[in-house]
Amino acid sequence: MNDLFSFARLGALLIKEFIQMRRDRITFAMMLGVPLMQLVLFGYAINNDPKSLPAALVAMSSDPYTRAMVSALQTTGYYRFDHVAQSAEEAEFLMARGDVAFVVTIPADFARRVERGDSPQFLIEADATDPAVASGAISTLGTVANQALLRARGMQATAAETARGQLEVVVHRRYNPEGISQYNIVPGLLGVILQMTMVMMTSIALTRETERGTMENLLAMPSSPLEIMLGKVLPYLAVGAVQVVVVLAAAKLLFGIPFIGSMSLLLTAVFIFVLALVLLGYTISTIARTQMQALQLTFFFFLPSILLSGFMFPYRGMPDWAQWFGEILPLTHFLRIIRAVMLKGAELPAVATEIGWLVVFVALFAGVALVRFRRTLD
Amino acid sequence: MNVIDVHGLVKRFGDKTVVDQVTMTVAKGEIVGFLGPNGSGKTTTIRIMCGLLTPDEGEGTVLGFNIRTDSLSIKREVGYMTQKFSFYEDLTIGENLEFVARLYRLKPLGEHVARTLEDLGLTSRRDQLAGTLSGGWKQRLALAACIMHKPKLLLLDEPTAGVDPKARREFWDEIHRLASGGLTVLVSTHYMDEAERCHRISYISYGKMLATGTVEEVVRNAGLTTFVLQGPRLDQVADALQGRPGVDQVAPFGATLHVVGSDRKKLEAALADVEKEHKGVTVSPGETSLEDVFIQFMSGSKDNMAKDNKG
Repeated sequence: MNDLFSFARLGALLIKEFIQMRRDRITFAMMLGVPLMQLVLFGYAINNDPKSLPAALVAMSSDPYTRAMVSALQTTGYYRFDHVAQSAEEAEFLMARGDVAFVVTIPADFARRVERGDSPQFLIEADATDPAVASGAISTLGTVANQALLRARGMQATAAETARGQLEVVVHRRYNPEGISQYNIVPGLLGVILQMTMVMMTSIALTRETERGTMENLLAMPSSPLEIMLGKVLPYLAVGAVQVVVVLAAAKLLFGIPFIGSMSLLLTAVFIFVLALVLLGYTISTIARTQMQALQLTFFFFLPSILLSGFMFPYRGMPDWAQWFGEILPLTHFLRIIRAVMLKGAELPAVATEIGWLVVFVALFAGVALVRFRRTLD
Repeated sequence: MNVIDVHGLVKRFGDKTVVDQVTMTVAKGEIVGFLGPNGSGKTTTIRIMCGLLTPDEGEGTVLGFNIRTDSLSIKREVGYMTQKFSFYEDLTIGENLEFVARLYRLKPLGEHVARTLEDLGLTSRRDQLAGTLSGGWKQRLALAACIMHKPKLLLLDEPTAGVDPKARREFWDEIHRLASGGLTVLVSTHYMDEAERCHRISYISYGKMLATGTVEEVVRNAGLTTFVLQGPRLDQVADALQGRPGVDQVAPFGATLHVVGSDRKKLEAALADVEKEHKGVTVSPGETSLEDVFIQFMSGSKDNMAKDNKG
């Protein structure tokens, strides 16, 4: 008889686990319902490049140049002038109340300055308490305003002429020319959803047995730590597989996210990522003494994963130490892989390092879990 | 060769010594009762024997396997029934048995499970969730599950707590039937009537083994003398006896009063005084029961602990 591993004993544990999973209706529903709900909710809700933001206009005169400027701002899609303020004080109040994100002030001498050839000025005040809101709206401004002004003076032709010989900067928005947030969010959500459900479910796997008193019995019977670990981890791998199918199908059908790269490469990466996650959950399970502690540890891990992995905020925007911290989160590496493969069509050599990192996590978590597993009740 | 042969077992949790120099031998086919108050170390000792805990000190073998190094081999040949029901309440009776049968790699699976269900009389309820069973049935299921792989040694930790008398009787009949087939049984219990159904008993208190032997031996070795008092106003007599030299226990039993002491001379003197003081009270020699002995042990070891604490 083999002490370390037997398929029959592993089979016993797997069958038991699947039956329990099936009986626990709410948890089961959560495992499949939550990903879909989160995907639809966040996929449609999160937008990194907000448009049609409320703005107030303080215009001292209504000459053609002012009107041209206002309509130019509107056509960028970022500004929605639904307040016309009579005075600077009124506009100030609107912004303080949060009714508008921008106040555009076009001074009375704007038209005169344009005609005289002086450099005309107008003021845009942005509510930068949330910097992300203001950034897109402001970045396009310079060119838009100049072109509008030239057009208003009937100088399209001259505009092209003036531009000739000047420095020209060519910007290509690669992989996502329209800057659609969902291209970034939806593949990332697959990682986040897996991170949450997989780690949480497996983190309570052992503590639940301990709390219900069944652990004592399980340990008294001939089952090895490896069998117990695989018996707990493999069923959730199957659940993870279902979640992956659900999310990828929704990405295609609901959000029309392009899938350029190799599906088999992505699925390989997903498999290693999910394996790392369930082993992380199981490791937590060997450390925590109660289900409550296990959940707390899960969330302790979950928040940094969301905030520092590059899912919500640009990874490169973080200070070096935070980037280092991000490197030790499996989600960081997974996000790089899935975005590279899905959106950029990256091949294995381009993502080999990241996959290597995930493999290291798998080995590390499995090792820690097996060492930490208490074979006795000591 | 003894089935259980352990000596000098010590187990500490923090600075608390839960098992203190416990030595125990159990021969093949014996039913040994393991007695002692709550928290005396019975469960811990049993867990050490089936490899669930590692002793801090002490050595020994169970079924010839070293308890420190061979716990996997021990697990395969021991049936351990935990104090609290520890099968899966969200699995049916049949599923629980199948789970156990698969873990022990019993073949053919269906036959083993079907036979066990048949023996239990649970065939018609095999699809019922284990969590919905009553205490008595849970205990029968647990016993059935831990004898399914035909262990050579059965370790039962307070198997009949919260079980009605009829179910207890049936349970013990089953234990004796198994023992006559060569199975060795170590069973912990609180009940005196259960102790008396064992071939041998061991009494443990605060981690220390205080007595071991047959019921008669334990009672005889305790060296207690018991008298039975009858007469009017026994409650006053009881008050008068409490605390007198030589009187260790005074306990009313129906219309009589049992008085127990370890020093026969002093006890007789005390009783002679009381007989004079209270008219109509008759004193006759009585038989010391196992319960008297245990209560004597319990009050005695409490004193020991008190001394330890002071020292």
